[in-house]
Amino acid sequence: MVDRILHRGRDQRASVPDDRDSSSADGPGADIAADPTAATWARVQLARNLRRPRTLELVAELADEFVELHGDRLFGDDAAVVTGFARIGSQRVVVVGQQKGADTDENIRRNFGMPHPEGYRKAMRAMELAERFGLPIVTFVDVPGAHPGPESEERGIAEAIARSIALMSRLRTPIVVVITGEGGSGGALAIAVGDVVIALENSVYSVISPEGCASILWRTADEAATAAVAMKMTAPEQQELGVVDIVVAEPGQGAHTDVAETARRIKRNVVEQLEALVQVPLDELVEARYLRYRTLGAYREVEATPPPPVPDRPGLADRLRNLLDPGRWSGISTTPAGRRDELPARDEV
Amino acid sequence: MPIKLPSFRPRRDAYPPDLWTKCPSCGEMLFNKQLDKVLRVCPSCGNHFRLSAAARLEMLVDQGSFAERDGGLESEDPLGFVDQKTYPDRVAAAQLATGMRDAAVWGSAAIHATPIVICVMDFGFMGGSMGAVVGEKVTRAAEHALANRIPLLIVAASGGARMQEGTLSLMQLAKTVGAIERLRVDGVPFVSLLSDPTTGGVFASFAVLGDVNIAEPNALIGFAGARVTAGTIAQELPPGFQRSEFLFSHGFLDRVIHRSELRDEIATLLRFLVARPAPVPPEGPGGDPLGLPSFRAISFLSNLAERVLPPDPDETGGSTNGHRPGSVTPSAPPEPPAEPPAAVPPPATAAPPVDPAPRVAAEEAERG
Repeated sequence: MVDRILHRGRDQRASVPDDRDSSSADGPGADIAADPTAATWARVQLARNLRRPRTLELVAELADEFVELHGDRLFGDDAAVVTGFARIGSQRVVVVGQQKGADTDENIRRNFGMPHPEGYRKAMRAMELAERFGLPIVTFVDVPGAHPGPESEERGIAEAIARSIALMSRLRTPIVVVITGEGGSGGALAIAVGDVVIALENSVYSVISPEGCASILWRTADEAATAAVAMKMTAPEQQELGVVDIVVAEPGQGAHTDVAETARRIKRNVVEQLEALVQVPLDELVEARYLRYRTLGAYREVEATPPPPVPDRPGLADRLRNLLDPGRWSGISTTPAGRRDELPARDEV
Repeated sequence: MPIKLPSFRPRRDAYPPDLWTKCPSCGEMLFNKQLDKVLRVCPSCGNHFRLSAAARLEMLVDQGSFAERDGGLESEDPLGFVDQKTYPDRVAAAQLATGMRDAAVWGSAAIHATPIVICVMDFGFMGGSMGAVVGEKVTRAAEHALANRIPLLIVAASGGARMQEGTLSLMQLAKTVGAIERLRVDGVPFVSLLSDPTTGGVFASFAVLGDVNIAEPNALIGFAGARVTAGTIAQELPPGFQRSEFLFSHGFLDRVIHRSELRDEIATLLRFLVARPAPVPPEGPGGDPLGLPSFRAISFLSNLAERVLPPDPDETGGSTNGHRPGSVTPSAPPEPPAEPPAAVPPPATAAPPVDPAPRVAAEEAERG
């Protein structure tokens, strides 16, 4: 536990001075604009900024009323996920969001914003409630990733995430997703399947943390900034890919410099989208949501002739050569495709 | 190219790779022919070797019953991803090494003569990682199963989502799960077979959602890999963690089955898991996908009129529903869902950006 806190604490302490430097010196500064890697990494740092407004702060600003709901009715109450009823403008909605802490104490209580399965099950409960009472759903995504520890696995984090995605894909009520900070892989997607996906300008969305990607593909976490660029994880790039629909500009040097204005801008977009979405018949809404995700992903269809078959069984001559001089002829008698017994397992994932 | 002189001294410690395999679990040297006969399960320790998609199909479905579909799907490179190699290079290398186009195949087949739709993943192709092609194949398999009301069997073997396709590979989770959820709502069975390894985004999407989840013994099945756990929360994982038996004891698997019994077990399951008959096609538009009778304003009103209004003497023997020109029906309230031209304002179905220079695919990974 202590290790864990220190570990995270170190990361975050490191990020604060970074951000202060940048907010005092750069802005859309000269050297950063010139260097795409630095610009991307500055965004990642902003998305992770300790002072970035969290779900509860934003909801307090943009909703006229908010009643928090607790507990998944199965195991417990996960403080890393907040759910509740809110009134945004004239619209009653159910809010679901991930919540990081503002300081170390709160971060320990909220587990650094990394939800356990009960967090996602609480979210599902709230979303089912919304469907039952015809309330639209607004989710706020800000998560480094779902909690990856033994307790999480024992209670079925993968199952909770998959069920949550499944539920959101068929809910008969409008869903607006707002990515406010880090969109960390499956842990984010579990509450980010919606009709419209809005993202703050300095938020990021990725399939794996840049550090994780770098340590797998570059074999060192130091290449995280390079990996962040390669993954095109910033909000504007995600919009180009079609994963994000709307990017909301942040005031000043980032959302944390003017929380009220950030909330106002989010609210304007959310209200606008909700007003349009509630007009759409539910069947069409659900079908359009299915198609939104159905069409994401780039592939092409080539002529379905099978690629050259791998020789299944080396001929007698090859075998003899192999027996006499193993290794030398390995280029000729390939191991058949059915016989690959790779060992690496844990390291690959 | 420099000329390499052949070495005339054979290495005495090397076994011909195509004849013998060393069991990674017990160290026993196994004669490959023998190993193939026992479905590549170590006879001395029971270690289940990983299977290629082709070998899996051979052991699982009726001889010659498999007909592949969409064999021509190939990855593109939507991000222009380059790490130490380019993504298309990685895909090309994997294609060369495995003889497959991507990490999954799907098609129709039969087990003990019961028709099924089957999708098999291959860990040998970039760690079985799920990019757009795998996602598309799983989704098409599910949609085919739904349309024809045939049970779906997916054999998972994957390290997770494919990093090189960025969030587009993450979106495959939503895509596949959406299709699987439709099967579930519509009562078409889905059996998920989890083999070694099934982790990350594949486990956290369709693989865990089977109506029945089965796994091979001692398969690595989990959400976050050991390195992710160690790197994120600095915690070591206990031994035996994330193995089939662990998941079984925590209630996420129905059965852990030895490879030699898989075929029979699945056949037995499929005798119980039969697709619900197709819902009666709802009359006309406005049908409810849940199969509930929809509210039809005109027939409701005419039925009401039939009960309330006295029979019209002029129309005896005629229409019995009290239909009187100019009275009830013409003033009927708005038709059922009149399908206003979808006022969906969001760019809901944004087309994926297509790389104009089609290139090919490369490695696995993911975390939560």
